[in-house]
Amino acid sequence: MDLLLNNFWELTITGLAYGAIYALIALGYTLVYGVLRLINFAHSEVFMYGGFAAVWVLTAIGATKATGLGTAGFLVVAFATAMAMSALVALVLEFVAYRPLRKRNSPPLIALISAIGASYTLSEAMGLRDKPFKWFGKDQDLVRYVGRPREASPFPLNIEVKRLFYVFDYHVSNIDLIVLGAAIIMMIGLDQFVSRSRLGRGIRAVAQDPESAALMGVNRDRVIRLTFVLGGAMAGAAAVMYLLKVGQIRYNSGFILGVKAFTAAVLGGIGNLRGALLGGFILGVAENYGQAVFGGEWKDVVAFTLLVVILLFRPTGLLGESLGKARA
Amino acid sequence: MLLEVDDLCVNYGRIEAIRNISFTINEGEIVTLIGANGAGKTTTMKTVSGLRPVRQGAIRFEGQDITAMPAHERPVLGIAQSPEGRGCFVGMTVQENLDMGAYARPDRKSPKIGQDRDRVFGLFPRLAERRTQVAGTMSGGEQQMLAMGRALMANPKLLLLDEPSMGLAPKLIQQIFDIITEINKQGTTVLLVEQNAAQALKRADRAYILETGEIIREGTGKDLASDPAVKAAYLGGDV
Repeated sequence: MDLLLNNFWELTITGLAYGAIYALIALGYTLVYGVLRLINFAHSEVFMYGGFAAVWVLTAIGATKATGLGTAGFLVVAFATAMAMSALVALVLEFVAYRPLRKRNSPPLIALISAIGASYTLSEAMGLRDKPFKWFGKDQDLVRYVGRPREASPFPLNIEVKRLFYVFDYHVSNIDLIVLGAAIIMMIGLDQFVSRSRLGRGIRAVAQDPESAALMGVNRDRVIRLTFVLGGAMAGAAAVMYLLKVGQIRYNSGFILGVKAFTAAVLGGIGNLRGALLGGFILGVAENYGQAVFGGEWKDVVAFTLLVVILLFRPTGLLGESLGKARA
Repeated sequence: MLLEVDDLCVNYGRIEAIRNISFTINEGEIVTLIGANGAGKTTTMKTVSGLRPVRQGAIRFEGQDITAMPAHERPVLGIAQSPEGRGCFVGMTVQENLDMGAYARPDRKSPKIGQDRDRVFGLFPRLAERRTQVAGTMSGGEQQMLAMGRALMANPKLLLLDEPSMGLAPKLIQQIFDIITEINKQGTTVLLVEQNAAQALKRADRAYILETGEIIREGTGKDLASDPAVKAAYLGGDV
């Protein structure tokens, strides 16, 4: 308990930074659930591919030696690469794993199995990426990218940790600031897009009443693709933030983050965008507090206990479901 | 001829919901389909708007075959539907619902949209008062007005109204039917599906009677309303 009280602000701010990562990933779960009533279990892999894409591209363009302003440039490249890659993987996933089932009117459980299968396939494909290159004798040429595929790949960009200013007794670092700042920009951008733009209204229309949406001329398939792209881009941005905080990524890094982000989405009320954000931040902070009180090994226990307790009192999550509220 | 439905058959799984239905709608008319629950009225409506796949037969709109056209492409042609059960976007405001009505219009950025919105507010002053209210918090009658107003925002040539009087108080029913007549006078062709046969026949130029998925009678609204057999079966002698 003393650990919590003595480090309260540090735990809060670093918790918020982790929470921002959970929240950005949670947006993808909640967007897709809103329009498809499907838990896209492979979303964790969408996140992971974005992270690897950023690592590879930064390695290829020699980001290891970056300093000063160059670092900022490389960071922008990292975000752009990861977001593009994750959006692409999400789009392909929709096309290969979900759309064929939807066209044949399969029940939702079938799509869930497809999602789990896609998740393992994507994850293992990354973890065995050296094999196909070995068959063609190319693994040595690309050893920087494919070597030791089951080990963690480090983030090539070295950002020196600088302490910038105090929030009470915690000295906030540049990393905290980049992660939180970038996350908040993404969140505001997405929220405004969905609530104000015409396409955003189309997304909400499909979530609330797919038949009425079709009668208004909304192309459901296009809206579904759009939600996968948006959710993917958010996961890609989260992957770069994860690399900044943790410094490395593995082929199975997506799994536990995906589970946590999904928990955050349910905590806030699945289908509700602002709920996903709230859930993510609460989960990140609560985990940090829990770690301080009970010890690091209890981190996940705290997270899931919190989920169960909140769902006992608010079965639809903190903010309920609003993207597809009261659907008949 | 605005709409031509030719020998239409639609199934729900193996169950035949409608069989060999043919009817036509001319420009400027109010045409009504009446019949008991489960007669196939709503299925017919949903097939015209593209929500149900056609097993056999054809639908032509202004001479163009639209039988296989996806639902979301039909509003652009000029077909708009106010669905059974209203189907308002309950999490959106009145204003946003109306904007959804104009979602597919090629001229959605032109000042014409504002004029059409004023027209809707003229027909339904209540919607103007509730502009910023979330649709899910409104009464059934208000939601019905919203569903009709939203369909009008597509500026349709053919307006499909599925059970607009369902679940409304008698006074409100009267009002809704007056507005339907007014919409028609302003130049919109209307296909009206109703269980309230008395009102529907009174307002319609022509009517078709559906029974277990087939059309069993057709005629002018006036003729059918005074027909003894129709009176006994659908009007309950209560006209």
